[in-house]
Amino acid sequence: MKDLVRKSLSRRGVIKGAGAVAAAVLGPDAITGFPAVHSQAPKVLRYLGTAVNQSADIAKKVKEDTGIIIEYIPVTTDDVTRRVITQPNSYDVVDTEYFSLKKLIPSGNMLAMDGKKIKNFDKITPVFTKGELPSGKKIGDQGTAPRKVMFLEGENSTKFANSPTQWATLIPTVYNADTLGIRPDLIKRPISQWKELLNPEFKGKAAILNIPSIGIMDAAMVVESMGEYKYPDKGNMTKEELDRTIKILTEAKKVGQFRAFWKDFNESVNLMASGETVIQSMWSPAVTAVKSKGIPCVYQPLVEGYRAWAAGFALSKGIKGTAKADLAYEFVNWFLDGWAGAYLNRQGYYSAVLETAKAKMEPYEWAFWMEGKPAEKDIQAPDGTLLEKAGAKRDGGSYDDRMGAVACWNAVMDENDYMVKKWNEFIAA
Amino acid sequence: MISKVIAEKGLPAWAQAAPLALVFALFFLVPLLLTVVVSFWNYTEYEILPDLTARNYIEAFEGCARRLLAASPELCTTLKTYLTTLRISLTVWLITLVLGFAIAYFLAFHVRSLTVQIVLFLICTIPFWTSNVIRMISWIPLLGRNGLINQALIKMHAVNEPVEWLLFSDFAVILAFVHLYTLFMIVPICNSMMRIDRSLLEAAYDAGATGWQTLTNVVIPLSKPGIVIGSIFVLTIVMGDFVTVGVMGGQQIASVGKMINTQMGALQFPPAAAHAVILLATVLTIVWGLTRLVDIRKEL
Repeated sequence: MKDLVRKSLSRRGVIKGAGAVAAAVLGPDAITGFPAVHSQAPKVLRYLGTAVNQSADIAKKVKEDTGIIIEYIPVTTDDVTRRVITQPNSYDVVDTEYFSLKKLIPSGNMLAMDGKKIKNFDKITPVFTKGELPSGKKIGDQGTAPRKVMFLEGENSTKFANSPTQWATLIPTVYNADTLGIRPDLIKRPISQWKELLNPEFKGKAAILNIPSIGIMDAAMVVESMGEYKYPDKGNMTKEELDRTIKILTEAKKVGQFRAFWKDFNESVNLMASGETVIQSMWSPAVTAVKSKGIPCVYQPLVEGYRAWAAGFALSKGIKGTAKADLAYEFVNWFLDGWAGAYLNRQGYYSAVLETAKAKMEPYEWAFWMEGKPAEKDIQAPDGTLLEKAGAKRDGGSYDDRMGAVACWNAVMDENDYMVKKWNEFIAA
Repeated sequence: MISKVIAEKGLPAWAQAAPLALVFALFFLVPLLLTVVVSFWNYTEYEILPDLTARNYIEAFEGCARRLLAASPELCTTLKTYLTTLRISLTVWLITLVLGFAIAYFLAFHVRSLTVQIVLFLICTIPFWTSNVIRMISWIPLLGRNGLINQALIKMHAVNEPVEWLLFSDFAVILAFVHLYTLFMIVPICNSMMRIDRSLLEAAYDAGATGWQTLTNVVIPLSKPGIVIGSIFVLTIVMGDFVTVGVMGGQQIASVGKMINTQMGALQFPPAAAHAVILLATVLTIVWGLTRLVDIRKEL
């Protein structure tokens, strides 16, 4: 603990102006773990988000460190959006994806996050603030890239700012680069392109996810890879482009290319583990879940790049100006302080503030997960299950290799309405 | 007016009916009314706008006539989805009816001991002992490409390649529905059959009726209320289902429920409400048709 306090004190020197004042007010309380004297009521925060992000370990550690009791409200991605818009008083903190912001911000139900109250605000990776890697390399910008929706023009504005401001829509927590999962033992040859998803070789053994706003992006990656069409912006298709994309998918469906579509994390694990599919859209922890059953599964890097996503925290407008809001800031600050980041990195996700997470990871873990180096020792998941034996390398390599190869981001398009209609048509075909 | 009604029927009767009526009004009639109202509202990406527009209904059937009358006629998404849902519902209804009737007949007329009847009834409820999700997932190791059935078929050299249509197909969807909902046929039909006066069967036998004649002239007509109630259960449940169709069909088979679910997911509440109203109207028409066959209130 003492070590932590010292570190935070030295860090505080970096933050200038009012930021330092805000951090000084919040800092000691956030770090030492002693509840503030003035707080009488139990420190409870209602945390709305998807189950995948709501780990019991994190809730336990938050309570140990800060005394805050996290009450998880686990719902699906779509339901997070629905809850924010229709029941903003039913939660305190929301963990949502950046692509939902185009719907959430105009509703006025979310509070802008004050950067001056976030201790590590300036250390958030430039992937979010500038759309580039820490090394300065620009990354794919198609779709709802976080950079485009990260900042608001003012505290009460509903307009996205073009350059960084003090007011953030979300304080980023976790993000990743997604690709196709494959069963190398059943495919028995190298896979290097998105177009393999519709390769007749895998007829009846492929799957795509049935969440329209994400599935359409995977479909677009496939269509480009097939050389059928080059989109000006995959994340914002015109009606004609949507027609073209859905037509290709529909033709594949009619000849029986797909074994199934999946909507739920567990469904994707089952399909892959049972051998019903050998190639499919997949999420990183699902690949890990298949592997931990002792079944070979690779999160295959592809030459066209990755489809990325990002999530972050915001406060409900229901707690504006209350003690709950201070509590929520304390929690968000804790989240960026390293322990949670290290936890996420060990699951194959990425944390928003890299250096605090690095401090909480063993050097060999950091080298494996973030630098793409061969594992010096056996790599274990946070719960202790063996993920990789010593000597193995991470699929896709280092942070720079993976995030640097992002081609597009999950998106809500201008033609979202039409997209949903076309997607229903595809399912009905 | 109300006092007059109370005077006629008596206060206790009204007081007894009031709690259920209140719950029914608050949690069924009001939400239903709201759904109908919202189906005429307009919407944007993130809000619904009070309005009076037929947009949602028009868009639901957009292009249907044009596509049907085109040179190469095809069905629009909405009609295609309704037809798929209807086809599955009717198939499931027919199978559960035959199965349910046969099992109910066995339970009512062949099993003499009440204990055995109760035990057999409990066995029929086994599919409901686990959660929906577990039940759905456990079909994969049975019906899947590397599942038990396929392994057995291959070992017996009945087939060379695994049979693919066992899972994620119409067959799988119908199998899961039948597995679940036959019970809803058995219970009301059995209930009707238990009440058939056994002397009627004897009279039929004495009058020289064959087994088949007794069945068609005595048992079936007297079981009608049970058959109709069971049919209403099965048809309404299957018409509105989207979870079973989704999981067993590998999300590849469209259902009206799934279409509504997708629209809700995209925050398009008014079109979802419109589809819900259309679905309700369809189901009510079917129920109305069924109650034309038998006057349930009279028979009960």
